[in-house]
Amino acid sequence: MSTELLESTVQAKQIDIDRTAGNFSYPEQHTFDAGTGLSHATVDYISDVKNEPDWIREYRHKALDVFFSKPMPTHWASHDLENIIFQNIRYYLANGQKPTRSWEEVPDDVKKTFERLGIPEQERKFLAGVEAQFDSEAVYSNMKKALGDQGVIFVGSTEGLKEHPEIFRKWFGKVIPTGDNKFSALNSAVFSGGSFIYVPPGVKVKHPLQAYFRINAENFGQFERTLIIADEGSEVMYMEGCTAPKFETATLHSAVVELVAMKGAKLQYVTVQNWSANVFNLVTKRAIAHEEAEVKWIDCNIGSRLTMKYPGVVLKGRKARGEVISIALASDGQHQDTGAKMIHAADETTSNIVSKSISVGTGRATYRGLVHIPKHLKGCKNNTECDALLINSTSRTDTYPAITVRGTGNSSQHEASVSQISAEQIFYMQQRGLTEAQAMSLSVNGFVNDLVRQFPMEYSVELKRLIDLEMEGSVG
Amino acid sequence: MSLEIRNLHACIAANGTEILRGLDLTVEAGKVHAIMGPNGSGKSTLSKVLGGHPDYEVTEGEVLLDGVNILGMEPDVRSRAGLFLAFQYPMEIPGVSNANFLRAALQARLPEGEELEATDYYARLYEKMDMLEMDRKFTARSVNDGFSGGEKKRNEILQMLMLEPKYAILDETDSGLDIDALKIVSSGVNAMRGPARGFLVITHYQRLLDYIVPDVVHVLVGGRIEHTGGKELALELEAKGYDWIKDDIAQAVSA
Repeated sequence: MSTELLESTVQAKQIDIDRTAGNFSYPEQHTFDAGTGLSHATVDYISDVKNEPDWIREYRHKALDVFFSKPMPTHWASHDLENIIFQNIRYYLANGQKPTRSWEEVPDDVKKTFERLGIPEQERKFLAGVEAQFDSEAVYSNMKKALGDQGVIFVGSTEGLKEHPEIFRKWFGKVIPTGDNKFSALNSAVFSGGSFIYVPPGVKVKHPLQAYFRINAENFGQFERTLIIADEGSEVMYMEGCTAPKFETATLHSAVVELVAMKGAKLQYVTVQNWSANVFNLVTKRAIAHEEAEVKWIDCNIGSRLTMKYPGVVLKGRKARGEVISIALASDGQHQDTGAKMIHAADETTSNIVSKSISVGTGRATYRGLVHIPKHLKGCKNNTECDALLINSTSRTDTYPAITVRGTGNSSQHEASVSQISAEQIFYMQQRGLTEAQAMSLSVNGFVNDLVRQFPMEYSVELKRLIDLEMEGSVG
Repeated sequence: MSLEIRNLHACIAANGTEILRGLDLTVEAGKVHAIMGPNGSGKSTLSKVLGGHPDYEVTEGEVLLDGVNILGMEPDVRSRAGLFLAFQYPMEIPGVSNANFLRAALQARLPEGEELEATDYYARLYEKMDMLEMDRKFTARSVNDGFSGGEKKRNEILQMLMLEPKYAILDETDSGLDIDALKIVSSGVNAMRGPARGFLVITHYQRLLDYIVPDVVHVLVGGRIEHTGGKELALELEAKGYDWIKDDIAQAVSA
């Protein structure tokens, strides 16, 4: 008790985030390295190394021109974007390995990294297939035989475009066109890695498909590209989780994820991210939901310097349903600029957005929502809820909802709240024996609890652990 | 073994207003002490100061828990050292279930690396809940969230039963309770009475002391203990009010 007594007298209230949890890396030996900087030569280099067909090479070159021609979106977004020095970034880096299918073939140092991330254990537990990305190229890709027999394709994007062009080309770049925004154009020019998934009609994939990836080279941009097609009446859940090691200079991550849910299909995409505090995470994610299809984005953003991400669903067919469930945690010096987009384009379509954010220290959480229901549609409904929790007096939150609902038979409901954890609450919990950090952590977990319950079990455990880590750092 | 309060002076941290002015009181293990007093005499402040609430600043004195001065300890360290405070107004913690909250509080008392055994925990929890006539559904509800006044007080007693403190301070636990709930809550407290545990029962009304019969009754006026007696003192206060004690003080000052 005497040591506790001594410790308890220290009452410094400073914010000091401990990020050692994600701070580990191993020596890298990259066979292919495009060097730093971005030009048409970079694009050619990537296409050469990947031995890509001409159509994709042309696609990349066009995309690069679009990227150069588009201004930074700083007229509405954070000016911090101006601090990205594109010429200092390496756009392609791979270990030079082809995707492997057995765990034994994976190099030891890569395995070591994966072990820290808990992949082998998860694999044992329930995985149907793992697509794990180390740096920009998939090094490990494994799919249970049962899935293959059902005709399910789960491969890296490069393999997908080469081996399954008849499906890949039909949908690639259709949900998110190159020119959608500056960063989708950048991704289209230099993408590598990411997953390609096709689920045939009527196939219900029982277990979630998982991909883990992390950035492991300083000043290295990761531009993965994921395309998932759930054909008529099929069901699939995809899970993506990342932890990145800590580096001193800015790192850019700019992914593009396209989902297609055909008639009556159910598609869920789950993300839990824990980027280190220097990462720019600028992601474009969008789905098309055809008739009676359901698309659900479950998105959790922790870490990064600036995250900009607004998963969207284009509700294209009658009775289609879209949902975005998101949690954002902005720690000291971080900006989580997240939200959702729901574009209603058919009758009787419904959408639901539930967003919760937590701001710690000087952290800032921004919610941006776009809901569009045009006049000619009937029976469309949207529900939007966004709640913000502020931990410190220096924490910040903003909400920018843009809801356009026209026509008489459509409705939208919008609720927003901002709350704070009170000193009385913390005292109450401390009086029961919890430390200040534990009390904070419990309150924050309580705040997001109803959303976390929608996450797959092992992700909700991981999320709780990440929140605990953040809260440990948030009190003196 | 005792909870010993020596010459305790405390003020509101924000403005320096002194509330406790040299309070002396010793609660021995095995005894139940009651504190009564008029509004504004410092009863609730005393419970918060003992718990380590950041709104108050101790300017003088000591509080010894079994001989160790707890002033300067964080509230959670005091709690783990064996001090429990049943709140007059228990806080709501949305999204955190009662079962998880109590589990976390018990886990915090275990040595590092040791895990609370879930089966034993639930067996004990259900046993205590039965004693307090609480529905099982209660475990899944958020802590005090949407609870009635009576449910909140019952929950405080449940937490006390589970955490088994050495010294428990009950701050107006009877307020907001109907007579049936008062009996249940009192039986919970009485079940915990024993040679190793001391109670400090803060109350406005004699009614509670019919059920939790005190060994000693103190009268708190103006931030000091001005009168101490046996359980019959509570009845006397109920009948005569506090004015006679205030008159005594006035006479003593003028004499």
